[in-house]
Amino acid sequence: MTTDVDLTTAVSQQFPSALPRASLDCPAFNSSAAEVAAVLKYLRDAQGFDFLTDLTAIDWTAEKSPRFTVIWHLYSSEQHRYVRVAADCTSATEPVMPSVTGLWAGADWHERECYDMFGIIFTGHPDLRRILMWDGYPYFPLRKEFPLAGLPAALPDAEISAETGAGVIAAPMAGGPFVATPGQPMSAAEPRAKDEAWNEHSEKTV
Amino acid sequence: MVTANSELTYNSKIEGDIIVTRADAAINWVRTNSMWPMPMGLACCAIELMASAASRFDIARFGAEVMRFSPRQADCMIVAGTVTYKMAPVVRRIYDQMAAPKWVIAMGACASSGGMYRSYATLQGVDRIVPVDVYVSGCPPRPEALLDALMKLQAKVKREPAASQLLHP
Ligand code: SF4
Repeated sequence: MTTDVDLTTAVSQQFPSALPRASLDCPAFNSSAAEVAAVLKYLRDAQGFDFLTDLTAIDWTAEKSPRFTVIWHLYSSEQHRYVRVAADCTSATEPVMPSVTGLWAGADWHERECYDMFGIIFTGHPDLRRILMWDGYPYFPLRKEFPLAGLPAALPDAEISAETGAGVIAAPMAGGPFVATPGQPMSAAEPRAKDEAWNEHSEKTV
Repeated sequence: MVTANSELTYNSKIEGDIIVTRADAAINWVRTNSMWPMPMGLACCAIELMASAASRFDIARFGAEVMRFSPRQADCMIVAGTVTYKMAPVVRRIYDQMAAPKWVIAMGACASSGGMYRSYATLQGVDRIVPVDVYVSGCPPRPEALLDALMKLQAKVKREPAASQLLHP
């Protein structure tokens, strides 16, 4: 069995631009959008990482460049270990990343979710649609500038909105978010609004 | 057993085979005691809804055990769970497919108000898209609370002017 050090050496020999990434657990690499598909293919075919456990992204906020990083977690069912690969999207406004659905069919829904939440386009994906929110939803909810309460939008069904007059609203937060205070006895740590001075009926004054 | 007002109610010796009542009372009696629910189970509350139907709590005692998965055959939609915006039009469409008269119970904090999900994805109360008759508090409400809601709904139905609604819809 190859050790973590062997793996790091092998990857950096094969891909000199893939640098080790700071990690507290498994070996991790920083790659680039152009090269990452080859790195992942190499890890799958030559290093036995046959299982894609997770595919997600990070939004470092609009001020940062690069803004979006896509993360892949791979698992080897023979060696029983993980590896993490990260790659930055070059564009902050139209983030693009190659799809790995050709390597792991299971990447299909992960990439759709990643597109749904962050708006990252996976090129080569067979059917890149939203998966949790509905088609036609105008925002990408896990982007940092998107508020937890949401933004007004239309309901998925125009006929129902016309009949009920309902739409997507920014959820009333009423002094929330409701968070538990750490380091308290359970009774005092119960989640509650940090500022109970205002709610839906009496607006925040300051 | 002889009760104080026995002569004021039905007495077969005096009235023979005739029972006199009001149309409202008869119609509402029929409606209240056989209220077939449409189980709109959308999240964890649906588990308590299932428990209400099972032997320990036995919603059959109140005539509402016939859970109908076809809206055409249901009288009372029990919205048990978190209604997401993506699901909301479906809930409304199923409600529209139910034949009148129909009622809605919002079971639990989520269905009543969005509950703890003050978020972009959750409808902030099912009453934004369908008229709700009874709200049940709790996260989740205990099955007894749902039974209580059903009894409250039955009491409400008993007060409805059913006959005039049928004649002048
Ligand atoms: S009210 Fe609580 S138990 Fe019921 S659906 Fe919402 S979160 Fe689940």
